[in-house]
Amino acid sequence: MATTDRSFVQSLWDFFCSLKLTISLLISLALTSIIGTVLPQGKLPPEYVASISATKLQIYSKLGLFDMYHSVWFIALLYVFSLNLVCCSIKRLPHVFKFISEPTLVLGESMRKGFSLKQELSFSASLDKGREALAEFLGKEFAAPVVTEQDGEYHLFAQKSAWCRLGVYVVHLSILVIFVGAIIGSLFGYKGFAAIVEGSSVTSIQAHNGAEIPLGFGLRCEKFSVSFYDSGAPKEFKSILTVLENGQPVKGLTNVRVVVNEPLTYKGFTFYQSSYGQATESSDHTFTVKNRSGAVVDHVTLREGQGTTLKDGTAFKLLETTADVRQFMPNFSGPAARVEITPKGKQAQTFIVFKDFPDANAQRGDELQFVYEGSNAKMYTGLQVAKDPGVWVVWLGCALMVVGLYIAFFMSHKRVWIVVSKGYARMYGNASKNQAAFQMQFEELSDKLKNLKI
Amino acid sequence: MTSSMLFNATTIAYMVSMVVFFAFLATKNKTIGLTGSLLAYVGFAAQTVAIALRWKESYALGYGHAPLSNLYESVVFFSWTIILIYMFIELKYKYRIVGAFVVPFAFLGMSWAQLGMQSGIEPLVPALQSNWLLYHVITCFLGYAAFAVACGISIMYLIKAKSEESGGGSAGGLMSMFPPIRVLDDLNYRAIMIGFPLLTLGIITGAAWANYAWGTYWSWDPKETWSLIVWFVYAAFLHARFTRGWVGKRAAWLSIIGFAATIFCYLGVNLFLSGLHSYGSSKM
Repeated sequence: MATTDRSFVQSLWDFFCSLKLTISLLISLALTSIIGTVLPQGKLPPEYVASISATKLQIYSKLGLFDMYHSVWFIALLYVFSLNLVCCSIKRLPHVFKFISEPTLVLGESMRKGFSLKQELSFSASLDKGREALAEFLGKEFAAPVVTEQDGEYHLFAQKSAWCRLGVYVVHLSILVIFVGAIIGSLFGYKGFAAIVEGSSVTSIQAHNGAEIPLGFGLRCEKFSVSFYDSGAPKEFKSILTVLENGQPVKGLTNVRVVVNEPLTYKGFTFYQSSYGQATESSDHTFTVKNRSGAVVDHVTLREGQGTTLKDGTAFKLLETTADVRQFMPNFSGPAARVEITPKGKQAQTFIVFKDFPDANAQRGDELQFVYEGSNAKMYTGLQVAKDPGVWVVWLGCALMVVGLYIAFFMSHKRVWIVVSKGYARMYGNASKNQAAFQMQFEELSDKLKNLKI
Repeated sequence: MTSSMLFNATTIAYMVSMVVFFAFLATKNKTIGLTGSLLAYVGFAAQTVAIALRWKESYALGYGHAPLSNLYESVVFFSWTIILIYMFIELKYKYRIVGAFVVPFAFLGMSWAQLGMQSGIEPLVPALQSNWLLYHVITCFLGYAAFAVACGISIMYLIKAKSEESGGGSAGGLMSMFPPIRVLDDLNYRAIMIGFPLLTLGIITGAAWANYAWGTYWSWDPKETWSLIVWFVYAAFLHARFTRGWVGKRAAWLSIIGFAATIFCYLGVNLFLSGLHSYGSSKM
């Protein structure tokens, strides 16, 4: 029985150490990941639900395909991938460490045949003299050598950047570090949403799972505004926010401008501009009435559909208003109102007055001109809120990965041996990568060796 | 002179370069080969100036952003990076013939951009107003371009390997101009060795930007997922090569599959799937 257990454990170990598994996992992850980019994820749109059969819908949801990146089987794939990474590294790292810490100091006859890069040198001085001169040469031109005597020959061994053989393991480690960061984030972090009406404040946010998370401080929206390019494309979504501690504004965090790509961070929570809307509907609209010389003659405040009579007897009726007129009149933007003006004893006329285009307003009306001052309707700003204590671990992993890839791809372990015999010496060299570049370096070294006078 | 005139000149230069390269394949005349290379370089110079001009023009319009903000600009930049990586490989490894299999990709991109797309300079929507745009797009596209070059080299590999199998390789025909298959195999690997770290940087800068703009460094959006798929494919390529000795034909096919995935990540996602990268929607 003991042997079967042992062989079972052994074969399990071998399975998790195998590179066939690595390649199968990489390809499985690539192929299965496609599903989530084709099927809708998360909350299903009703059109989609209507478009597929009930059986399919049931099978897909059972398989977790509508939230596949968080499904049990996909997470399991990632765990097996991590396990594979760890096992491979545990299996191979000791060999690599041994390779680095116990290099091949002595080059036996049979090993010498395997080198494509070699150079010979004859010299007349004694063996010891030759050894000294060549050791000095290597130390000066390449790296300080280790000298070993064997069978009446001296073996000089020198190496450069042996540690770069660890580069690939740095990359493997970095993947695990990123996973750890992601796990920390999912365990201790929050993702949520806050909608704050202009002039009001919140002390908690709504997590994506529906829970209410207290912030421990207050956040007030002073103002929200949208600006547009001439072409009509949005230019900026801007919230003016103030952080409150015990209801009092915090110094330095009062009237902070928050736009897309410029979030606000306080006590680990970060607030990102994400959406907006109008919070209150039925509200009062204010107009200023001026005469042709520009003097203010009247102020009017009323609701949509209401009418009033001005001092000079002109009937004024507010037909409708909009917070942004762009959708109806592409050349204008901002709040606007459609009004019906009936000067005493004359025909009624209907036109639009703007908040932000006084020149356009001046062209309307007869003796009187009207300026829309806006309404007391309030906007709300929608903020994505995130607290992710794992994010720095993720960035650490990313930095490790970049460094590791650089080492693994662009640095190489270079080794040079000189075997000194009586009367002649032979130099050998190799590199773990980029043999062509090392060849040039070796040839340069060979030229210097040939000119050496010993 | 405007950038759009220069972009047209670029397209024509790449087209003529491609035709001359095909003539080079047919005639094996060294002067013709040199002409093909020079034409590609001229096109590249014109394109470089054109991109700089377009950048300047965007300032004149009052928008002021790097020309990397929509599909037209990205395809133009992609063509530019393909020629850049090709020039690097040609100057470093001295195989001019690679141009015949790489310049067509750049020409295809330019002609599609010039003929089939809106080329107007548009202002940046709020989501793109960040310096991350520059870092993210440049690293991604240099990576994509390296994969495009690797794909062209892999196609050469498969053609040459097939002709050698059928015994026509040594007769001094067209195939004699191709680098030896061992060299092609090595160049394929080297191009991917350039592309993989760049793609990694591209994904990381994208994640950093997403975290900065939206508070989530990874949200399994189709673009993100497809970039990860491409990363998996090339990671599989590297592991298969280093540890299981997958060289030659199998490596060439993996490289071609990898580039197909790259193209889908770049274009397919925008054209067929929806997500965070479909700019122009009302999402911030």
